[in-house]
Amino acid sequence: MNAVLSWLSDTAHWSGEDGIPDRILEHLAYSLVAVLIAAAIAIPLGLFIGHTGRGRFAVVNAVGAARAIPSLGLLFIAVLILGPRLGGDAAFIVPCEIVLVVLAIPPILAGAYSGVEEVDPAARDAAKGMGMRGFEVLTQVELPCALPLIFSGLRSGTLQVVATATIAATAGLGGLGRFLIDGLAVRDFGQMAGGAVLVALLALAVDVVFAVVQRYAVPRGLTGRFGTRRAAGPPVTPEPALQATP
Amino acid sequence: MTWFTEHFSDVLTLTGKHIYLAGVPLVLGLIIAIPLGWLAKRYKVLYPPLIIGTGLLYTIPSLALFILMPVLIGTRILDPINVVVAMTIYTVALLVRTVADGLGAVPESVNQSATAMGFNRVRRLFMVELPLAVPVISAGMRVAAVSNVSIVSVAAIIGVPQLGSLFTDGFRRNFADPIVVGILACILLAVTFDLVIIGVTRLITPWQRVRRAA
Repeated sequence: MNAVLSWLSDTAHWSGEDGIPDRILEHLAYSLVAVLIAAAIAIPLGLFIGHTGRGRFAVVNAVGAARAIPSLGLLFIAVLILGPRLGGDAAFIVPCEIVLVVLAIPPILAGAYSGVEEVDPAARDAAKGMGMRGFEVLTQVELPCALPLIFSGLRSGTLQVVATATIAATAGLGGLGRFLIDGLAVRDFGQMAGGAVLVALLALAVDVVFAVVQRYAVPRGLTGRFGTRRAAGPPVTPEPALQATP
Repeated sequence: MTWFTEHFSDVLTLTGKHIYLAGVPLVLGLIIAIPLGWLAKRYKVLYPPLIIGTGLLYTIPSLALFILMPVLIGTRILDPINVVVAMTIYTVALLVRTVADGLGAVPESVNQSATAMGFNRVRRLFMVELPLAVPVISAGMRVAAVSNVSIVSVAAIIGVPQLGSLFTDGFRRNFADPIVVGILACILLAVTFDLVIIGVTRLITPWQRVRRAA
């Protein structure tokens, strides 16, 4: 415990190129890139599947099956296969980013399609009755109504990426995982556990940021912030089927 | 492929350890989650803190939790107990909400009938509410089981042997075969866990089959 506190409180670790702030930014940058790419793929696809019902069966099963793939094995095999063809820093950054994107897609996709699917059919019918076309129904009714679950999916995907980016340090990626892996290599328990504390805090911070953004991004009629209607379900945790693996 | 046939017994030993590290926490997690889930369902004030609290536990990345375990429970860094406890925490985090929602979905009329028939609270929970919540809890268990199998493999980084050791070994030696075998073995194990839970669920909810046949 003391080793952890003394490592964390040592000012030398808080500055310089490989200092804690740099590693945190690195970790966030890797994660952000992966989540943005994954969201750009998964949200439109999820909305399409939820809206049309096409390919639903395949996607539901794929999302479930993706959970079974061990992320560590996927990372290593990606670096082993793609690494030699890339060379330099790209040899591990590109394969790691690809794996992060692949792992972030299923929860985001699940959030998007189940969000659209669970829109009150009465709202959809009312929109059609008002003369909206399919695309208008999607963008003006289904999308806003699906926002809570889309956010849940994004949040699970992001947490999965933050966790997997930590593991990716074993494959050479930077970020906070470096402290854990480098500390482990030289048996420096203070550095290892100090890094672990930072990773846990970073994940919690990301989760809290998501909870706050979700609260203000979701239309008030859906969250019950008018004070009369109770919000459906607890505000923070996504349901188990949407949870990613930490 | 030759690598696999030559190292078949090693893979089998690692699979055994993997089953232990992923399976024991599943059972322990369920045992802990049932009373917590019941509390969350019974006392509405406790629902948000219990669900949000366990949800936050689930956000902690696995490698960080494995490494912090010795600090939290005073064990040695390589002790497999660290992994068992960490996995139990994740299982509880997933199942508390499942149990609470499963119990919450039991129709009030059924609860009132049980009370009218003279069931006290404990008997009603074990003989009426929990059995009726089994399908919901089972769905949560399936998610937890599959996730557990995947997360346990991360423990290879801190040197706890199981199927994940095939990943670290293969990567260190720049050799893909063990990694591929490890990934396939993990998926196979996850599917097996899933099938076992489905099987047990069918066995203990005979009324579901009757309803489907009718």
